Amino acid sequence: MTLLGHLSLWLAFLVGLWGAVTGFAGGLQGRVDLQRSARHAVFAMFGALALASICLETAIFRHDFNVEYVAAYTSRNLPTFYLWSALYAGQKGSLLFWATVLSLFAALAQLLTSGRHRVYLPFVAAVTCVVAAFFVSVMLFAANPFERLAFTPVDGRGMNPQLQNPGMVFHPPMLYLGYISITIPFAFAIAALLSKKLEVDWLVAVRKWTLVSWLFLAIGLLLGMWWAYVELGWGGYWAWDPVENAALLPWLVMTAFLHSVMIQEKRGMLKKWNLALIIGAWLLSIFGTFITRSGVIASVHSFTQSGVGYFFLVFLVVAAVASFTLYATRLPLLEAEAKLESMVSREASFLFNNLLFIGIAFSVLWGTLFPILSEWVQGTKVTVGPPFFNQVNIPLGLALLALTGIGPLIAWRRASLPNLRRQFAVPAVTGLFVFLILLVAGMRDVGALIAIALGGFVTATVIQEFGRGASARHRQYGEPLALAAVRLIGRNRRRYGGYIVHFGMVLLFVAFAGMAFKTETQATLRPGESATLRSPYGHLYTFTHLSISQYDALNRRVTAAFVDVSRDGKQVGRLKTEKRQHVDALGRNTFEPSTEVGIRSGLREDLYVVLGGLVNGTEQAVYRFTINPLVWWVWFGGYVLVAGGLIVLWPGGGPPAVRRTQAGYAVKLEAQR
Amino acid sequence: MSVDRRGFLVAVAATVGAAVQDSLAGSGPAGKVADPASAGRAMAPTTAADTDAGFQAIEKQLKCSCGCGLDIYTCRTTDFNCTYSPGLHRQIVALADEGKSAQEIIDAFVAQYGQQVLMAPPKRGFNLAGYFVPSLVVLVAAGFLILMLRRWTRAAAVEAAAVLPVARGSVDASPAELERLRRELERLPN
Repeated sequence: MTLLGHLSLWLAFLVGLWGAVTGFAGGLQGRVDLQRSARHAVFAMFGALALASICLETAIFRHDFNVEYVAAYTSRNLPTFYLWSALYAGQKGSLLFWATVLSLFAALAQLLTSGRHRVYLPFVAAVTCVVAAFFVSVMLFAANPFERLAFTPVDGRGMNPQLQNPGMVFHPPMLYLGYISITIPFAFAIAALLSKKLEVDWLVAVRKWTLVSWLFLAIGLLLGMWWAYVELGWGGYWAWDPVENAALLPWLVMTAFLHSVMIQEKRGMLKKWNLALIIGAWLLSIFGTFITRSGVIASVHSFTQSGVGYFFLVFLVVAAVASFTLYATRLPLLEAEAKLESMVSREASFLFNNLLFIGIAFSVLWGTLFPILSEWVQGTKVTVGPPFFNQVNIPLGLALLALTGIGPLIAWRRASLPNLRRQFAVPAVTGLFVFLILLVAGMRDVGALIAIALGGFVTATVIQEFGRGASARHRQYGEPLALAAVRLIGRNRRRYGGYIVHFGMVLLFVAFAGMAFKTETQATLRPGESATLRSPYGHLYTFTHLSISQYDALNRRVTAAFVDVSRDGKQVGRLKTEKRQHVDALGRNTFEPSTEVGIRSGLREDLYVVLGGLVNGTEQAVYRFTINPLVWWVWFGGYVLVAGGLIVLWPGGGPPAVRRTQAGYAVKLEAQR
Repeated sequence: MSVDRRGFLVAVAATVGAAVQDSLAGSGPAGKVADPASAGRAMAPTTAADTDAGFQAIEKQLKCSCGCGLDIYTCRTTDFNCTYSPGLHRQIVALADEGKSAQEIIDAFVAQYGQQVLMAPPKRGFNLAGYFVPSLVVLVAAGFLILMLRRWTRAAAVEAAAVLPVARGSVDASPAELERLRRELERLPN
């Protein structure tokens, strides 16, 4: 099987090269035979890579420990669920997973792209073939997943216990799907530049793919946060780790694009900017891959330090130079069709929104790279941890939250004063009211105060927009308000789905603000003894250590500690937190004991209990008790954000052409004034 | 007292469960567990210094040297296998016992482990660039954007003035009607 897998990789590599050559040549010369050949190469490449993936999964399921990758990341007693995820648990397998999914997306782009965008497809085939062939070449020349050992171990090393979590089964593929699918909009952007067909058409093809990528990346980031929270045990979900930052960067840039693309669609402006954003987002995804796989910046998430990273660095530099050179040659074709008419307009607010998104992306990138920069400039290594990122990014994030509310309230083209007054009155008063209520209630954390007040402002904006739209339908068609609201979303999915995304962001920001009021304590308890902790809402929680229990489970020895929890003297539940010693099929310890957190999640706060260990092997246990306010809202906000994204992505709901016509009518009307 | 079959089975299960529990080596209050090694590193009982807010504040500014990337406090209360963070915590407590202030303890750590022991670089010298370049870049970009916006809006105004006389006659409506239409359009959701 490994031989077949290895041959499949070579086949994919050669076919990829062929697809690249025929795609570029066919597109530039207009030769249909070459274009068809490039298209077939994409499908053949997907077939070869899918076969290679099946070969590796087969080796994993057969416990073929003579294969180095299988021995390094699995063991005989690894649950089946995690045998599937072993495909991307290590560097080499994840490269294969990446290349396979990229070739799948490339094939889907060829199949699903509508007829009017067919002119771009040979170039899209060529670009996707180049990128996929690069990933395959890394496997062939530096990280072969089918490499065999000189001997066959009795059992494998097993999977890192922290990866044996449902969140870790879904988080990496989602993140990869996000990273990988950025290649498709990038390929369309390059295709538009090469073909010189830079009308609004290419944007329509790109926008959906960018949205797919944005959504996958958002889900991947949220799942990563959830995994970090439930598995790592430090009581938080975001640590500004370089690898987390690397995933956030393309997401920020794509979010900027999804806003600014509207200006190009409606007004034919910002063409240069939008192309630069798409190219930038893709380059940042490759940069993230370089960070994760090179070990150049210390991160708990990264794969082991290897030379593979430098393949990505070279690829990143070459791709950046090639893309921006092509971009520079096409600048004369990218002139705006219209001019901005007022500083107080939706267009201007979107420009400031873009400025903040890119500003935050730059700030995150700057902080991530600053340790390297510092070492170069002053010869001193510095640590750039959460205090730095919070200090720099919180003000920018709050400004962005404010713009999330301001943008939708300002009219396209030009907003008049009465219009502004009418639009802003209710949201501004709501925001102020929330601010004063919190102040009177005793909240003194400035960041949290502003975040929650702005949350009130943006929520009022969203409700006002839905309310007005639904009322208009109610008046016009006599529909009940609830039905009118639902039909409103269905009729203009992009706009109202976008508002739902905004509301999801509000929930996330408010939940983030809640962490300012986190409280925690440590205690060593004998069975029957208790520790107390007061929540930010004033409730007194009592944690009573009940007992320690030890037993064997699938592939681990478990030491479970049980804690009884009461609030203000009334019992509210029982929590279990564990130490897990993973073992292989022969009962040998495989990794250091890991911790499983006990969590009781509620709307107001999470109770988070961690078993530190036992005192001298007795039932006397060391615990950390934490109260994390509003964490539930992070996950709920994530659901809302994803639901909004799906609504935007759902086909139908009125073509952009309708709105362009409307905008055109407005242009004519303005000319009459 | 009559006991039904289900109640009897529950009682038997509870008795067996209790017997199994009792048969564990060293059960009972703070008795030994069967396999202490699988429960991780043996811990010392928590002391007042472990939960002291002052020490926590210091430890949250200093990075653990185990490579986890976390601060000392978070590491010692999260990664209980770490052998570095408990030692660093004890070092901080010892320095405090010598009468050193929080800043003196931090300075002592920087002297011993270098600047990278700090969770965020000190705000001096080149590090100032770390803190202020992002904000400066955003401010400069915002200034540039405002200038560009002004230029664009002026150019648009000039163009609009040029097309106005031609366009004025192309719609068969009175100024009052146009104004009403404009207001109606403004009221429409954008």
